[in-house]
Amino acid sequence: MHLLVRDQSGQVHELEAPEGWRVMEVIRDYGLPIKAECGGACACATCHVYVDDAWRDKLVAPSEEEIEMLDGAFEIDERSRLSCQILTREDLDGLLVTLAPGSEPA
Amino acid sequence: MSDHVISTDVIVVGAGPVGLFAVFELGLLDMKCHLVDILDKPGGQCAELYPEKPIYDIPAIPACTGQELTDRLMDQIRPFDPTFHLHQMAEKLENVGSEEAPRWRLTTSTGTVLEAPVLVIAAGGGSFVPKKPPIKDIEPFEGKSVFYAVRRMEDFRRKRILIAGGGDSALDWTINLHPLATSLALVHRRDDFRAAPASVNDMRRLVADGKMDLHIAQIKGLKGHNGNLEAVTLHSKEKGEHDIECDTLLAFYGLTMKLGPVAEFGLNIHENLIPVDTEKFETNQKGIFAIGDINYYPGKLKLILSGFHEGALMAQQAFRYVFPDRKLRFQYTTSSTSLHDKLGVAG
Repeated sequence: MHLLVRDQSGQVHELEAPEGWRVMEVIRDYGLPIKAECGGACACATCHVYVDDAWRDKLVAPSEEEIEMLDGAFEIDERSRLSCQILTREDLDGLLVTLAPGSEPA
Repeated sequence: MSDHVISTDVIVVGAGPVGLFAVFELGLLDMKCHLVDILDKPGGQCAELYPEKPIYDIPAIPACTGQELTDRLMDQIRPFDPTFHLHQMAEKLENVGSEEAPRWRLTTSTGTVLEAPVLVIAAGGGSFVPKKPPIKDIEPFEGKSVFYAVRRMEDFRRKRILIAGGGDSALDWTINLHPLATSLALVHRRDDFRAAPASVNDMRRLVADGKMDLHIAQIKGLKGHNGNLEAVTLHSKEKGEHDIECDTLLAFYGLTMKLGPVAEFGLNIHENLIPVDTEKFETNQKGIFAIGDINYYPGKLKLILSGFHEGALMAQQAFRYVFPDRKLRFQYTTSSTSLHDKLGVAG
């Protein structure tokens, strides 16, 4: 399966994504600029992405913990998710996410 | 000048798990440590980012939280009586010795001056610093009318303050600064708060009594001249963009890690990491070591247990700088009576 990731400059990258990985891990291993400083513990809000409207309802809804942690991110809207909390699965092939402001490495 | 310099064997920058365990390994070899950390408590990421989260890959400890790991390490190093310089950033480094026999002088952001032949950088992802909102042209306002911390409450007397955030810092300062301020408002992206319920109740009472405003919105921009804030532009679903008049913005969005002044220490830096060798974990500068998440070498894994290993090997070489005339005797804690003495477990 593949993920589509729009980086901070607007360019879209097609990333091969092993099933069951965190979306953050796929983005990080591909070398796109994502801070993700807590490494996937839902503890830092530096892997904030916007999920494309067409895909939002297909994702598992965010946990209370993720919603709380999003308080530490910026420019939140209804598309906002922490990419460490989205697991890749077969039926998410083609999932499009956009890296949000504040998620770029220092 | 030199009368306030603290002399020691080893300066450790970073009091996370790896810095703490380094104190143990150095202590077994008779080296005294002073630690510097920007946080106001030991534990680093374990204490700041995930104190309640379980860790499962510490050898022989099937599960413990970040805080438990910190507490256990603090217990383990107690016999070596390290000195902590907390809530300060390692800011300036100079070599006051020679290249062959270095003597590192480290000055912190609060003016502590430490000197030692060995400096160990165990700074993880760097210094924890406040997250800054990605607002265009915020820089001229910073330190003048936009702040990320409160140093002196008096500085905020008779100000028209807008506080941003939904955690304990935002709520605590809302309640504490409210009596001093000419006006105070809180802005948070949703009508739910992570902060302690008691503080949230206090804040809601102030709002209900008409003593402060609560805006459920996000910050879009700043208005003002020469760093003097006149209004903050908010955006909410209901109201769209609207301005809130104020002269002070306090933003509390949590902490993030930045390499900071370590980048100016004269060390090779590669993608925010410090390259080291894999036998001593020494940097390109003699007597300066880097262990834990902040170092890089082929095959590096950012694991706490790797940092522990790196600390043990680092201590062997540090000994040679601290005690150039002594022969290093390798001993096991299981059997060595002299190590038992040092650990205070002699029978």
